[in-house]
Amino acid sequence: MRKIMTGNEAIARGAYEAGCTVAAAYPGTPSTEILENIAQYEEIYAEWAPNEKVAVEVAAGASIAGARSLSAMKHVGLNVAADPLFTMAYEGVNGGFVIVTADDPGMHSSQNEQDNRLYAQHAKVAMIEPSDSQECKDFIKLAFEISEKFDTLVLFRITTRIAHSKSIVELGERQEVGVKEYKKDVKKYVMIPAHARVKHVEVEERLKRLQEYSNTTPLNRIEWGDTKIGIITSGVSYQYAKEVFGDNASYLKLGFTFPLPDKLIKEFASKVDKLYIIEENEPYIETFVKALGINCIGKELIPICGELNPDIIRRALLGEKERETYSVEVKVPNRPPVLCPGCPHRGIFYAMSKYKDIIATGDIGCYTLGMMPPLNVTDTVIDMGAGISAAIGFEKAAMMAKRKNKIFGIVGDSTFFHSGITGLIDAVYNNSPIVAVILDNSITAMTGHQENPGTGKTLKGDISPVIDIKGIVKACGVKEENIRVVDPYKLDETEKAVKDAYNATEPFVIITKQPCALLKDVLKKRAGRYVKVNEEKCKKCKVCLKVGCPAVAFKNSNIVIDKDMCNGCTVCLQVCPFNAIEKVGEWND
Amino acid sequence: MTKSLLFVGVGGQGIILASKILTEGLVKFGFDVKMSEVHGMAQRGGSVTTQVRFGEKVYSPLIGEGEADVIVAFEKVEAARWVKYLKKGGTLVVNDYEIYPQSVLVGQEVYPDDVIQKLKEKVENVVVFNAAEVAEKLGNIKAQNMVLLGALIKALGIENLDWESVIKENLPEKMHELNIRAIKEGMKLS
Repeated sequence: MRKIMTGNEAIARGAYEAGCTVAAAYPGTPSTEILENIAQYEEIYAEWAPNEKVAVEVAAGASIAGARSLSAMKHVGLNVAADPLFTMAYEGVNGGFVIVTADDPGMHSSQNEQDNRLYAQHAKVAMIEPSDSQECKDFIKLAFEISEKFDTLVLFRITTRIAHSKSIVELGERQEVGVKEYKKDVKKYVMIPAHARVKHVEVEERLKRLQEYSNTTPLNRIEWGDTKIGIITSGVSYQYAKEVFGDNASYLKLGFTFPLPDKLIKEFASKVDKLYIIEENEPYIETFVKALGINCIGKELIPICGELNPDIIRRALLGEKERETYSVEVKVPNRPPVLCPGCPHRGIFYAMSKYKDIIATGDIGCYTLGMMPPLNVTDTVIDMGAGISAAIGFEKAAMMAKRKNKIFGIVGDSTFFHSGITGLIDAVYNNSPIVAVILDNSITAMTGHQENPGTGKTLKGDISPVIDIKGIVKACGVKEENIRVVDPYKLDETEKAVKDAYNATEPFVIITKQPCALLKDVLKKRAGRYVKVNEEKCKKCKVCLKVGCPAVAFKNSNIVIDKDMCNGCTVCLQVCPFNAIEKVGEWND
Repeated sequence: MTKSLLFVGVGGQGIILASKILTEGLVKFGFDVKMSEVHGMAQRGGSVTTQVRFGEKVYSPLIGEGEADVIVAFEKVEAARWVKYLKKGGTLVVNDYEIYPQSVLVGQEVYPDDVIQKLKEKVENVVVFNAAEVAEKLGNIKAQNMVLLGALIKALGIENLDWESVIKENLPEKMHELNIRAIKEGMKLS
C-alpha cells in the first residue's frame, strides 16, 4: 500500500514495522508528531516524558530490559538528554535503541541552529540520515538492526524539511521481535570507572567495525552520472543536489553518516574531476573529506548559516543568476507570530507591563511572545527552565550592583515540569526574592497541544493523576502566603497578585490558571461569546490596543473588534476607561 | 514536467487541510508528490506557507523564487509578500480578504489598501475573489479554504480529475456536501 506521509509519520510507521515496543519523548518542533503517530499503534507503549533527559532514560531502561526502544526530540532537546546519550554510548543496548534528533536549519521554530551530526561523532554512536519519507521508514528499521548487531545506540538525524515534508511511502508489515531476555551484566550496565575504562576501549573497537560497515552498507551508495562533477551529500541536501544537477553529476549519497565511509569516499573522489560537498549548516562531511587529504569544495561557496535550497546551490556552484519573477511596489507589513485572541497569557503580561522596573526572564513556549509589542515585557529567553533559574542570577547580579529591579521569571506549566522545578528549589534554597510566574494553560500549547503531567491524561489518552503545580511549589518551600493562584482573565485579581509579588521580599510564586483558548473544549464553551465597541462611548483613546489582541484593531478611525476572532476573554473590556466595550453573546458563567 | 505551487496565508486559515486534500488527490491520480509545511512558532497568527510539487519524479520539496506555476494567497497582503516566488506567466489566485498583522493593529505599520491593484498592474494572470463571501453563501465561512483549492485546481488544469472522491476519502461524512460544493464553486471562479 502506498501512502503520502510526512517524515515524522514515516518514522512512526518504521518503528511500528520494526517491532519497536517502547517509545518516549518530550514534544518539540519539528519532532513532535513522531510520538503522536507512534501512540496510535496499540503494539507500542508510548509516553510523553516531562523532559528529554527523562525520555531518553526511559527508552534506555527499556532497551536494557530487552525492548526495541525509541526516543525523539528536537535538536536542543538532545542537549538536555546529552548526559544519558554519552553514557549509553558506552553501555550499548540489549533491545535496539534509536534516538531521533530533529534539527531545524533556518530556525523556523528554534532558538539556535546547532547541527546534531556532531553529537554522533562526540558520543561515538552510529548515525543514520534519511533524505525522504520512504527512507525515514526503511532506515528506522535498519537502525534497530544496526543497533542490535553492533551493540550501539543509533542517532537518527532528520531536519525540518524531512520531518515536515510529505512524500510517498510504500508500507510494510510489522515484524514481531518481542522483548529480549534480560541478563544481569553489571560490567555492561553499571558504568563505574572500572567498567567504563574497559568500555571505552570497546567503543573504539566498535567504531572500527562500524566504519567497515559504513564502507559496505547499501545506505551509502554511488549514483554514477557525468563524472566531471562529483557530489557527496546526505539528508535533504541530496534532494536539492539532484534537483540542480540531475544526471549531469555523480553522487555519493550518504545515509550512514557516522562513522563516515573513508574507503568509499576515496574511491568516489578518485573517479570524479571536481568534488563538491553539499550539506546544510556545519562542514561535517567536508572536514572529514579534507582530513583524508582530498580536495573538495564546500563551505567556501555554500553558506553555513540558514537552510539550503536548490537556488542557493545553483547560485553558489553554477553561478546562475536569479530567475525572472515579479515584484510589486507595496510596503508589506511584517507578520510575526502573536499571542492568539483570548490567549490567557495576555492578562498577566499586561499587568506586568505597567511596571517599568520589572525585569522578566522568559522561557520557551507561546509566552515567549510576551516580548512582542505592545506588551514588551520579556527581557531574556535562553532555554527550557531558564525562566526561573536565570531570574535568580539576574537578581543576584542586580543586588551586587545595588540596582533596584524586581525580577520575574516566567515559565509555562509544561516548562515547569520540564526543568522549572529545580530552578524554584534553587530560589528557595538560596533565598532569592524573585517571582516565579507559572502560566498554567493546562496543555503543552506551542507544539500543538500535547498532554503533560498537569493535564490528567497521557499520550495514549489514558486518565492519569493531575500533578498539582501549587502542591509542588509548596513542597519546594515557597510559603503559602507567598503564593497566588489567579484567573488571568480577571485583571483586578491578576494586577493585585503582580503588585503583591512586586513588593515581596521572599521567593514568590504566581500561578495563572486558564486553559489555552485554542483547546477544543474551550472553543466550544466560548463559541458564542464576544465583545463589541459602543461607538457612542468610545473616545478612541486606544488603551485597548495596548493589550495586543489581534481581534482589536484601529480601522478607518474607529476601534473595531473582530467578532469571529474574539473569544470574550474581556481583557480589553476591563482596560477600557470609558466602559465602551460591551459583552455580546451567551455568557452562562 | 514538475509543477510547483505555493499556498500562502495566515496561521489558522485552513491552509494545511487544503494542501492535504490536494496532495492526497495528486497521489491518487498517480503523480509523484512532495509537500513541505512549517509548524510551531510560525502558526500563531504568523505568515504560513505550504509548498507542493508534483510530476513524474520530484526531488526537492522546496520551491525557489520565480518557480511557482500557481500561488494561492489566502490573504491579500500575503500575496504581495510571496509574489516573487511566481514564475513569469504563472497564475496568482488571491482571496480578497484582509487580516491585520499586530504591527498594523498597534499602528506601527500601515496595511496597504491598494495591494490588489498593484498586483494586477504587474502580474498578467491574477484571479481575485472573496472566498469568505462565497463560502458563507454556501453555508459556512470555514469552507473558504476549499473554494480557494477549487480555484487552484482549475488554474493547474487538473479539474477533470475526480476530486469529489478525494474529499469523500479524506473528510468525515458530514463535511462532504459543503466541501464538494465549495471546491466546485471555486473551479468556476478561476
